[in-house]
Amino acid sequence: MAEPARIAVLRFENVTVSFDGDVALRDISFAAYEGESRIILGAAGSGKTVLLKTAMGLTKPESGKVFVFGQDISAMPEKRLFDIRGKIGMLFQESALFDSLNIAENVAYPLLNQPSIRCPKAEVLPRVKRTLEFVELGGTLEKFPSELSGGMRRRAAIARAVVTEPPLQMYDSPTAGLDPITAHTIIALLIKERDVSQATTLLVTHRFQDGNLMANFRYNSEQGVLEPARNGAKQKSSTTFMVMKEGRLIFENDQDSIEASKDPYIGKFVKQRV
Amino acid sequence: MVASECGERTYLLDLLKEPVLAAQEFFLLAGKALKNIFRRPHYGDDIALQMDAIGVGSLPIVVMIGFFSGAVMALQMSRALSQYGQVGKTGTLVSLTLVRELGPVLTSIMVAGRNSTGMASELGSMKVTEQIDAMRALGTDPIQKLVTPRLIATCVMLPLLTIIADFVGMVGGFIIAKFVLSIESRQYWTSVWRALEWNDVTQGLFKPLVFAVVVSLMGCFYGLRTTGGTQGVGRSTTQAMVMATVLIFVLDLLITQVFVSQGGA
Repeated sequence: MAEPARIAVLRFENVTVSFDGDVALRDISFAAYEGESRIILGAAGSGKTVLLKTAMGLTKPESGKVFVFGQDISAMPEKRLFDIRGKIGMLFQESALFDSLNIAENVAYPLLNQPSIRCPKAEVLPRVKRTLEFVELGGTLEKFPSELSGGMRRRAAIARAVVTEPPLQMYDSPTAGLDPITAHTIIALLIKERDVSQATTLLVTHRFQDGNLMANFRYNSEQGVLEPARNGAKQKSSTTFMVMKEGRLIFENDQDSIEASKDPYIGKFVKQRV
Repeated sequence: MVASECGERTYLLDLLKEPVLAAQEFFLLAGKALKNIFRRPHYGDDIALQMDAIGVGSLPIVVMIGFFSGAVMALQMSRALSQYGQVGKTGTLVSLTLVRELGPVLTSIMVAGRNSTGMASELGSMKVTEQIDAMRALGTDPIQKLVTPRLIATCVMLPLLTIIADFVGMVGGFIIAKFVLSIESRQYWTSVWRALEWNDVTQGLFKPLVFAVVVSLMGCFYGLRTTGGTQGVGRSTTQAMVMATVLIFVLDLLITQVFVSQGGA
């Protein structure tokens, strides 16, 4: 009996995006499948953020097609995109928490406003509390974003991105500008979220060590700790590394291949590892 | 020679592209914002919040401007009228100038200075910190959530503020008429009341309604197209104020022409 064809959670087909004539993404094609993790590396301005925004339908491609959960969103009207976006959680580069709302209201926002979620009002606060506990921010419900540190704001934004338990999660530079300890805490949270929800994860970063952690560690839900996924514990999800350069996707393969790459541009990222 | 002409033409076309594109984007935003008035969801809390910020927040400055412009008008008009021995008609001129012109225009400019800039800087800050994108990502139409409540609130509050400014201006004129020009109270208020016709009242209320659309949409439009960080927010704020003020005067001329041609004295 033939194995059923896998449907990609996210698929780019020859996608080109440009702004006022400046090409940000050039002929990008790839597919991410259920439960897969993709680490997107690249220098500043290489098109990583535009790629995530295009996957979310926030930026329209000039040519090519973007399929999310099998639906072509390239030319989809904004109103219809809201239903698709209900299945995607996104952490923005600058956290993008709403200044005028407190942390509880920020995290509750997708539950109350996503048309496809329709969370009963009585369930909103318990879910918000549970998610904030998950990111270890249980005591910040009444605080405003301006009262939190950079790392705490990033964690609150992660809580907002995952509160609806979306099957596709995208994180834009979650460790940028953070100290190594906080950065490690954030990546540990993302691994925990990925392994608890079994979601497809796209992680944009310029630090190879973030990808290294994502690829080689898994969350042990019984003991509540991270443990190495290789050398013993079987890794349930696969991790693919992608490297962007000047809007082009120049590399797409696993960790062993990226580490073996002789390309000097790719080598710069791999050599950073701690 | 031919290449140089072609280059100049391309340069001129490029110069025109930006304003034409901006105008197109503005009308698209205006269309969506107006259409959203009749579409769900309606953000009642946001409308009430904006009404408070625009209406109650602008009240002190509108009262001040209204009072002093009425008083100044009374002084200036009495000087001109005294040449014809018609100082007693001061109330008539104060009333007409306030209701037809000064009330709507000055109030709108004050609200533009206070709220158009506020909207541009608030929405601009949200744009550069990706909060607008986050809003879209979290299932909310930013035009429905941010622009339409500001448009509705300004359209409700600006005509009300204009009525208050007109009345306070008349009171300012009255104080000058009574204590400086020694005009009887009854004579002043009778001339104020009798001077006004439906045409005056209609244009006095129609103008702030049109200006409200301009003030709110200019603030939101420049806010939502902000680029370039905090410097960009400052630039959007200035552009919103300048464009709103210029458009208020341009539209004032057009609306006045329409009402004058319809037989107003």
